[in-house]
Amino acid sequence: MKYTGNIIKYGDNVDTDVIIPARYLNTSDPKELASHCMEDIDKSFTGRVRSGDIIAAGTNFGCGSSREHAPIAIKASGISLVIAKSFARIFYRNAINIGLAIVECPEAAEEISEGDIVEADMDSGIIRNMTTGKEYRTEPFPEFIQKIIENGGLMQSAADGAI
Amino acid sequence: MGMTMTQKILAAHAGLDRVQAGQLILVSLDLVLGNDITSPVAIKEFARLGKDSVFDRDKVTMIMDHFAPNKDIKAAEQCRVCRDFCRSMDITHFYDVGQMGIEHALIPEKGLVTAGNAVIGADSHTCTYGALGSFSTGVGSTDMAFGMASGKAWFKVPSAIKVVLRGSLRKHVSGKDVILTLIGMTGVDGALYRSLEFTGEGLGSLSMDDRLCIANMAIEAGAKNGIFEVDDITLEYLRSHGAAEPVIYRADEDAVYDRTIELDLSEIEPTVAFPHLPENARTFDKIGDIPIDQVVIGSCTNGRLSDLKAAAEILRGRKCAPGVRVIIIPATQQIYLEAMELGYIRDFIEAGAAVSTPTCGPCLGGHMGILADGERAVTTTNRNFVGRMGHTGSEVYLASPATAAASALTGRITSPWEVME
Repeated sequence: MKYTGNIIKYGDNVDTDVIIPARYLNTSDPKELASHCMEDIDKSFTGRVRSGDIIAAGTNFGCGSSREHAPIAIKASGISLVIAKSFARIFYRNAINIGLAIVECPEAAEEISEGDIVEADMDSGIIRNMTTGKEYRTEPFPEFIQKIIENGGLMQSAADGAI
Repeated sequence: MGMTMTQKILAAHAGLDRVQAGQLILVSLDLVLGNDITSPVAIKEFARLGKDSVFDRDKVTMIMDHFAPNKDIKAAEQCRVCRDFCRSMDITHFYDVGQMGIEHALIPEKGLVTAGNAVIGADSHTCTYGALGSFSTGVGSTDMAFGMASGKAWFKVPSAIKVVLRGSLRKHVSGKDVILTLIGMTGVDGALYRSLEFTGEGLGSLSMDDRLCIANMAIEAGAKNGIFEVDDITLEYLRSHGAAEPVIYRADEDAVYDRTIELDLSEIEPTVAFPHLPENARTFDKIGDIPIDQVVIGSCTNGRLSDLKAAAEILRGRKCAPGVRVIIIPATQQIYLEAMELGYIRDFIEAGAAVSTPTCGPCLGGHMGILADGERAVTTTNRNFVGRMGHTGSEVYLASPATAAASALTGRITSPWEVME
């Protein structure tokens, strides 16, 4: 699986309260959640995000609450992939479980800039910054995790007999 | 190579003699928990599996605490989804308004977790029950759904950081000051993917309420779980709350830790975490004059009886500062009742504080004390992220119940040592 998209860049410790503020947790509708995604850290996000865009961020992305609404909101916004220096562990599980592609790559997350076009090949683990030409290597997920993500999450994969 | 406490519990629940850090294992669960925000998503996912029952109706629990008593129509609909599901699945431990408390205070109180258990909850502060010597960790709604269906969850076996405690706490210093000090040392991702294992002769001086508070905020250091070595205090707590027979797992002598942190409890001072991360811990020599608008005493971190006692001892016979809104939320009905019988509720109301039925409410900016732009609150809750308690321009300062109560009296962030000299 390959993702190519425009980069939207954030810093360290982007928490789930800013990804989807708790005042909107009275719903679990993905479209409604997406309409408030990143609202408390970046009011311009919902207006400028395009389908296929990639988030690049610093350490501990998704820290805080266990709300699965956070990766759901990001995915429903059209984000195809999140590249971070590191992920908070509950967000990491949740992203895989709901089928949001993620990859840990400290070097890429540091060097990639807002607006760069980046291509990530999940099978080989190679991330290429098309804007600067620089390549980064990461450890690809085992095949079954890739299948879960590609099939739209754990439950969908189980229902489809994909895993 | 020896195993940590966490690794031993995980091995036992995976049917293995031993495990090592990094190994992927499938674990049998003793309890699966959800609340009114995370359960509706889990129920939707559960429905996809087409199962007509949960794995064990005594081992799944749902607690309506976040936006309950319902704050609006959508919250009411979400609670109804949970209520209908629990009725149709004949769930034994469903707690609704009137019986409910904040989940992480209620579950230990009801004796639903014992030492040696493996527990998941679709709430990040599920790590609280590590105080009881269990492996307990927060997950998302999909993991909860899979757990409800199968009684299992997969884990990567964590490595650990050992926290060795010695000495004992000074007056008006509590578990909250300990964990804020520790997070100040590790940072919010210093224990990422790891266990925090608490041990040492200092344990004996920490009450169960202090331990529950400390384990509760392990997630704020990024940890997978926080766990306390079981001692007589743990066993007495479990016995008096009707918990199942404990199984005690001790770390091997040759267990390997990524890092060891030593904390002398007698050196810990009242500590406050400044906006907007719990790692921004400061003692009062570095705080200065910071006026406040609101105080919240409650939450899964600090809404227990000893927390209310600490606040009552400071507020008794005094008045909250003019212009400061003080909101006190006992974490469970039982705590509320005991606080009433002990006279704490009278102390609070006479001091000018509002007292509420149990709810997570303001902690996550849900209801019962939302902040306006530019307002500051001293709270005993667990997170001070941007917008956590309301407007993105508001500020949350995390502190102990004693510090919060002292601040309520003066209208600025105040050490309990200052008002209780």
